[in-house]
Amino acid sequence: MSDLLFQWLRIAAPYLCAAAGGVLSERAGIIALTLEGYLLAGAFGAALGALATDGPWLGVAAGIGAATAVAALHAAATLRFRADQVVTGVALNLLVDGATTFVLRRVYDSSANSPRVEGFGSGGDLGSPVGWLALLALPALWWLLARTRFGLRVRAVGEAPEAATTAGISVARVRWLAVLGSGALAGLGGAFLALDQHKFSTGMTAGRGFIALAAVIFGRWDPLRTAGACLLFAAAETLQIRLQGTAAIPSQFTEMIPYALTIVALATLAGRAAAPAALGKAES
Amino acid sequence: MSRPPGPRWAEALLPPLVALAIALVVGDLLILTFGQSPRIVWGVLLEGTWGNAYGMGQVLYKATTLTCTGLAVAVALRAGLFNIAAESQLAAGGFGAAMAGLALPAGAPAILAVPFCLGAAMTAGAIVGAVPGGLKAKAGANEVIVTICLNFLVLALLNWAVAEHLHVPDSLHTATIRAGGLPRLADVHAAFRGSAGNATVLVAVAAIVATWWGLFRTPGGYALRAVGLSPAAAEYGGVSLGRTWFRALVWSGALAGLGGVNYVLGYKRYYEEGFGFGAGFLGIAVALVGRNHPVGVGIAALLFATLSQGGLAVNALVPKQMMDVLQAVVILAVVASVPEVRRLVAQAVPRRP
Repeated sequence: MSDLLFQWLRIAAPYLCAAAGGVLSERAGIIALTLEGYLLAGAFGAALGALATDGPWLGVAAGIGAATAVAALHAAATLRFRADQVVTGVALNLLVDGATTFVLRRVYDSSANSPRVEGFGSGGDLGSPVGWLALLALPALWWLLARTRFGLRVRAVGEAPEAATTAGISVARVRWLAVLGSGALAGLGGAFLALDQHKFSTGMTAGRGFIALAAVIFGRWDPLRTAGACLLFAAAETLQIRLQGTAAIPSQFTEMIPYALTIVALATLAGRAAAPAALGKAES
Repeated sequence: MSRPPGPRWAEALLPPLVALAIALVVGDLLILTFGQSPRIVWGVLLEGTWGNAYGMGQVLYKATTLTCTGLAVAVALRAGLFNIAAESQLAAGGFGAAMAGLALPAGAPAILAVPFCLGAAMTAGAIVGAVPGGLKAKAGANEVIVTICLNFLVLALLNWAVAEHLHVPDSLHTATIRAGGLPRLADVHAAFRGSAGNATVLVAVAAIVATWWGLFRTPGGYALRAVGLSPAAAEYGGVSLGRTWFRALVWSGALAGLGGVNYVLGYKRYYEEGFGFGAGFLGIAVALVGRNHPVGVGIAALLFATLSQGGLAVNALVPKQMMDVLQAVVILAVVASVPEVRRLVAQAVPRRP
């Protein structure tokens, strides 16, 4: 029973981190299509960092750093150059996918896998201490958004940037911080993934960033609801793994659950009313 | 309107040219990290793509799919909508063509079989396009998120159908179609032997012309562009937003679906899981670099196809993933320089009183 619980939480951990990044970015008005790229960059940085320094925590730091660097590109393109957020997101995902494989071949002469990463060893029930941080990410973000001055500013620039400007808030600076923070949070999720699987392999995030984005929307941009959505999607995946071989439901159908639920949520009125008002709109 | 032609051309052409220059510099740096000479690598790239018939056939093949997905994204963008589902519409189109080709009796005359299969491909893509179109028109659901989700749903569904019901044992592809196949370039001239190039390239050219006609010479295309430029003004002028959005996404899906013909009717003559290789996502880049103009889309498709095929040609010297990086650099440079160029052009040209 308890190993079922921990399996569930281990599957949920990358979703929880990436979705926290998604909520932070989107509540500030910046579309979080890049979560997939942040996760992959985080996994890559963590694997290389841990291998280079023999220290799992330094690996985690490197993963967060790599993902934050990608987030900085996203922020520079969309905020400094006012580039379209959706196109930039698609391009950055492609960039991270290509660049990680390119560097992997340069450093380890392999276009598929890094060498084995020891990381936190067996790492306990949750795989690693990072898992506990992942569980805290969304509750902490709830506190940040609901209870702090910075959180209020994030919500202000996402809902009414003109009003925020009038109130003396620098919209661009708050959005920069929110995007960098979203990269760092998703990078933590990527680091968990690489250290949990003890390696980096190309494309290892396999759409997890998009599932996290679906969780953000299904959770109506609210941190706690989003945590619930992540746990729900992870539960479906855990069940699928447990049922494998019994052929109860084809795996393709459980893979559909997050996306089908998100489309249904969007198609009903509730999903529409909850999106941050300035989401995706360039500030002019 | 009242803007002089010179700066309009500058506004359209400068961003892609700037992007290419930046990509060349980044490419040089990446090549140098592998200790290779940029001149040699670029030379090998050109030789392996436009230097021989096989390379040209491969570039034309890849450009054909990219033209269709690029047109799909461009049509939606002209209406102010993002179609990120070109990837799954492409797959659905290929699936539809294969099902049509399998349903036909062997030896069915090509003059009937080919249009039937083309129609099936477009219909399958259009059905996938109708979902975000309908949800946008009826419920106001954001088409970006719906199309992202739809990619995963449709691909999972097709994978299930092929894996559980339609596959040839020990493979992930269907049986070979009985009718509706298109001639390969190698059938026309032996020098193209081995390349995937085929007659679908003519379909793509026809799609460019038809899309241009539809967008710029028909009332429906006018309404579509009006909605894209200013939804409020278009609605005030009597255009139904919901209906226009729906039509735009249905046409967009049909164009992406048409791209599936290239692999299924032209190249392999069966549907195979994952045959699209990201061509749907790259369609976004193609539309962007082609500035949402059908002719520009065709040129951009050739550019991206050259990069992609060129990556294979230079893979022994530098990893082919370098081309993914360069493609991303081109997209980022274009998308970031468009507003900047627009601002500079506006400054350079004094407004008429």
